[in-house]
Amino acid sequence: MDALVIHSPILIIAIPLLAAFLTPLISKASNRARDVLVIAALAFTEFLVIVLAKDIYLTGIHVYTLGASSPIVTIPEQYMVPVRIILEVDAMSIFAGIMSATVCLAGAIYSLSCVREETGKDRFYTLLLLLTVGQLGMEFTGDMFNLFVFLEILSISGAALAAFRTRFADAVEGGFKYMVISSVGALLVLFATGIFYAQYNLLNIAALAQAMQYTMLDKIALTLLVIAFLMKSGGVPLHWWVPDTYTPAPAGVSPMIYSATLACMYALYRICFTLYGVALNAATIGWIVIIAGVLSMFVGVTMALHQSDVKRLMAYHVISQGGYMLLGVGVGLAVLDNPEALATYGREAISGGLFHVINHAFFKGLLLLTGEALFYRLGTRDLNKMGGMARNMKFTCVFFLIGALAISGVPPLNGFASKLMIYEAAYQLNPILTIVAMIVSIITLASFTKVFQSAYTGPALSQYKDVKEVPMSMLIGMGILAGATIFFSLFPSLVVNTIIYPAADALIDQAAYINAVMGGV
Amino acid sequence: MTGSIFNIPFLAVAALVGIALYIIMSQRNLIKLVMGITILESAVNLFLVTLGYRGGGVAPIFTNAPEGIMVLPVPQALTLTSIVIGVAVTALMLSMIVLTYRHTGDIDAEKSRQMKG
Repeated sequence: MDALVIHSPILIIAIPLLAAFLTPLISKASNRARDVLVIAALAFTEFLVIVLAKDIYLTGIHVYTLGASSPIVTIPEQYMVPVRIILEVDAMSIFAGIMSATVCLAGAIYSLSCVREETGKDRFYTLLLLLTVGQLGMEFTGDMFNLFVFLEILSISGAALAAFRTRFADAVEGGFKYMVISSVGALLVLFATGIFYAQYNLLNIAALAQAMQYTMLDKIALTLLVIAFLMKSGGVPLHWWVPDTYTPAPAGVSPMIYSATLACMYALYRICFTLYGVALNAATIGWIVIIAGVLSMFVGVTMALHQSDVKRLMAYHVISQGGYMLLGVGVGLAVLDNPEALATYGREAISGGLFHVINHAFFKGLLLLTGEALFYRLGTRDLNKMGGMARNMKFTCVFFLIGALAISGVPPLNGFASKLMIYEAAYQLNPILTIVAMIVSIITLASFTKVFQSAYTGPALSQYKDVKEVPMSMLIGMGILAGATIFFSLFPSLVVNTIIYPAADALIDQAAYINAVMGGV
Repeated sequence: MTGSIFNIPFLAVAALVGIALYIIMSQRNLIKLVMGITILESAVNLFLVTLGYRGGGVAPIFTNAPEGIMVLPVPQALTLTSIVIGVAVTALMLSMIVLTYRHTGDIDAEKSRQMKG
């Protein structure tokens, strides 16, 4: 068991990667064996993430040096700086890892019956596993160049999956847009990495954070990184790709692309807090993030109101709810160099933002899956052509209600808990932020009431008389996310104390991240 | 080593980045958009290789290396990786353009758009 814990950071990345390349081979023998392999690999990854998480909460940061005689030797003898690739997993990384692993498992189970009719399924599952690898790799790596490589893995597989149903013109268009913003973003990240290497001859994030001088070149690099990751996490004004990519993406993949988007948001926080940290002109960057967040909230929700395509409507809410996360963490970032304010409301704001990240990954993943369930049975995403589906699809309707109430912040669901934390903390920085956030929450409720009204209630339509409930595996996929949502709603204080506060503290405590690699020099 | 002649590649990088960003933001033809991204990639690769160059350095291969300084090996490794990734990205984007053309008969970003609003 000890050996498993020590090696789990690399195993969490290696197992889905190995399974990804075994999938096409096993497909040749049997489709059922391939399905079992995919689910088993993802379930085992989830298990490892939970084992590792438990250990991190007990003993602190885990480092894993690739190619070293022992994985915990971060700096080779006779050297002053780390030269090998190091995976560094702290409470923040594992928090994002739990989110990604759970959403990917649910998405894969959902996909089992949903893509049964498609061709090229062996390649579908290869890409699906690679998308998982990309997210987990980005979250666990402690190396700038490694971050770029995993970002590209995530982007290429995500774009190919979004465009998977190539028979639809809009799917190809969505995939192409995702690929364009991803490749431009990734090249900006690589350029910034080059700037760091030119100045410090280092690639390791912890070593760079220690050496950080905050020169003019570092400011340019920071600008490039913030633009790249804000674009990838769908913040206004770089949000235009989000609805186009999410809407036509096949079932099961939309929530995974969503957790990939959140992985990029994780990278944004990691760069701001850990790489720059106290060296940063925190108030300026914090306010830039806050303003991007408020704009995202407002623009996203107003665009969502008049949509008639059910998945497109939900995709606009992705932008809008992403704004809450940026707002919460931005408030914390803005007061990072003010210890007093940080203690009174900064930590609470960061925790609220992070709590909303994981809550939203679960309930928005659930909502995207219910939207796709309607498309699977009805063949249309147009709300004006639906009606009375609560009669035919009872479970889907219940799952939708759970997700819709949670996203609108209706007590006692978890969306309410995390939004309340953000409201309270943002109020102390500037009351206007809280007012905007509350108004956006009300409009969100209005928009989901519209979906409920048009899709699930109303008279039974004759053309949909024979529509049945979706197959079992799709229900299980939705059930996992609904179960996680309900668990988080019932025990918010348990969840906040066990995983959210440690993650927020890990973001704030830059010295611990540096010391884990540099050995407290 | 800090002579002005060594700054010429950096000026080229700046020019290429500027050209690439202009193309990406202004062109509506999807193929030209991909060209812009490829130029941006070349600019970043040139930047990395130039970083690692040391005036009069030899290739960083330790076996039977001649006397003198070596150029830095790490940026070259980074560049190789980046080139390989770039090929995959370009191939994927071009194949998506082929599919877009089959669906809509056009590779103009405005005319082949399906989704609006």
